[in-house]
Amino acid sequence: MPWRLVRFALSSRHPEPRMFTRHERLKNSYDVVIIGAGGHGLAAAYYLARDHGISNVAVLDQGYIGGGNTGRNTTIIRSNYLTPEGVKFYDESVRLWQDLSQDFDLNLFYSTRGHFTLAHTDSAMRTMRWRAEVNKHFGVQSEAIDAKAVAEAVPMMDLNCGGHSPPVLGALYHAPGAIARHDTVAWGYGRGADRRGVEIHQNTQVLGIELEDRGSGPAVVGVRTNRGRIATRKLLCAVAGSTPGVLAMVGLRSPIYVHPLQAMVSEPLKPWLDPIIVSGSLHVYISQSARGELVMGASLDPYELHSTRSTLDFAESLSAHMLELFPFLSDVRIVRQWAGMADMTPDFSPIMGKTPVSGFYLDSGWGTWGFKATPVCGKTMSHTVARDENHVLIRGFAFDRFARYALTGEKGAASVGH
Amino acid sequence: MSEFAYGGELREMPDPASATDAEWTDYVFNRNSVPGIKCEWWCHTSSGVWFVAERDTVSDIVLRTFLHVKSVGGGA
Repeated sequence: MPWRLVRFALSSRHPEPRMFTRHERLKNSYDVVIIGAGGHGLAAAYYLARDHGISNVAVLDQGYIGGGNTGRNTTIIRSNYLTPEGVKFYDESVRLWQDLSQDFDLNLFYSTRGHFTLAHTDSAMRTMRWRAEVNKHFGVQSEAIDAKAVAEAVPMMDLNCGGHSPPVLGALYHAPGAIARHDTVAWGYGRGADRRGVEIHQNTQVLGIELEDRGSGPAVVGVRTNRGRIATRKLLCAVAGSTPGVLAMVGLRSPIYVHPLQAMVSEPLKPWLDPIIVSGSLHVYISQSARGELVMGASLDPYELHSTRSTLDFAESLSAHMLELFPFLSDVRIVRQWAGMADMTPDFSPIMGKTPVSGFYLDSGWGTWGFKATPVCGKTMSHTVARDENHVLIRGFAFDRFARYALTGEKGAASVGH
Repeated sequence: MSEFAYGGELREMPDPASATDAEWTDYVFNRNSVPGIKCEWWCHTSSGVWFVAERDTVSDIVLRTFLHVKSVGGGA
């Protein structure tokens, strides 16, 4: 063993932190506390320090960096949404993604593949044309294509679905569709924030949030954790499937409901699938990672659950549908399967920004569409926290939109039907 | 679990005539999604029977099942 490694084993002080500084104890107070050291929380910390000059920030996580949905998604990045709010928001995110590797000086394996959303019925084709027109109006590259064009782009796919499902009639083709290495996103933001003075505290669980009411409604004054109390006047909650529990600590109710979303990967194969393929009718999405593994996902589990268990039901039904499109995969083995807790909303749009509790900011409702939004969430939430006003891009996603019956119906959010 | 379909948490509907806007909005949209033991509607799909199950949403263990008295005709 090299001697320089032994030195690390014998000392609790690590002279060469590879990615992050480890802080022995929490400070008594911070300007901003962020709950959740996933992509969203770390991105917000990064932009707070870099763009807003606020670096007295603590990011707390009950587990480890990127161990939640940041590390559990299927890494698809796209902006071919349906509502103007959604298209503008995700398009900004795609633009940020494209520069991130440079920004971080860290290879995200960002790979533009092209994204095909298959249509198996006339009504699905109509939705594809609708989405394509909305996208083009906002300058996003999307087009509705016919079955012949799909066959040319993905020659190995069985457009007749083996006769088991309605045949592929066409698709929505979105050229900027991409994939990236998900852990690296959290590490890149984390390292960038760390270098600018942000403290990241793993294994730190939030037990309660202290509020004070001086006549103008409740306001955040502190956070109780398993490692002590911290005073803060600004608290950002970016905890995906754990959001309802944190909301209960400040006495808020929301429309968020939590269902697990499962995914799995195959053994590594030689590269054969360049684009990302999605079929809402078959409840399937698939892409091939840089390592050659097929990364596959399906729709949400059908009932509420606060756990990340995986089921055989899921692996069986997803495999069956996968074989309808790609029958030659029948000999390929599945090597890993996992789940994440998706914080779903009734209109499939996130819930972001200020809340009725002063100083309590929410970045939630990220259901099955959160990974692709990581950079733009960091940008918009850091602005929202620093200036105490909702960023213009997130005004359609406000907490109070339900009370106003002004929902942002994002049917394009889920590539796969809900 | 495919023999059973989930119908959401058992909730009391406020009287639409007397509820305030805030109460009605809370009923329409908001959900108690905090982990814990909850009473939920479930349907046994092969017999079409709707019943109530008490389930732990963390461990996924069903503790108790029973018919909802109102829904089967006043407990007859």
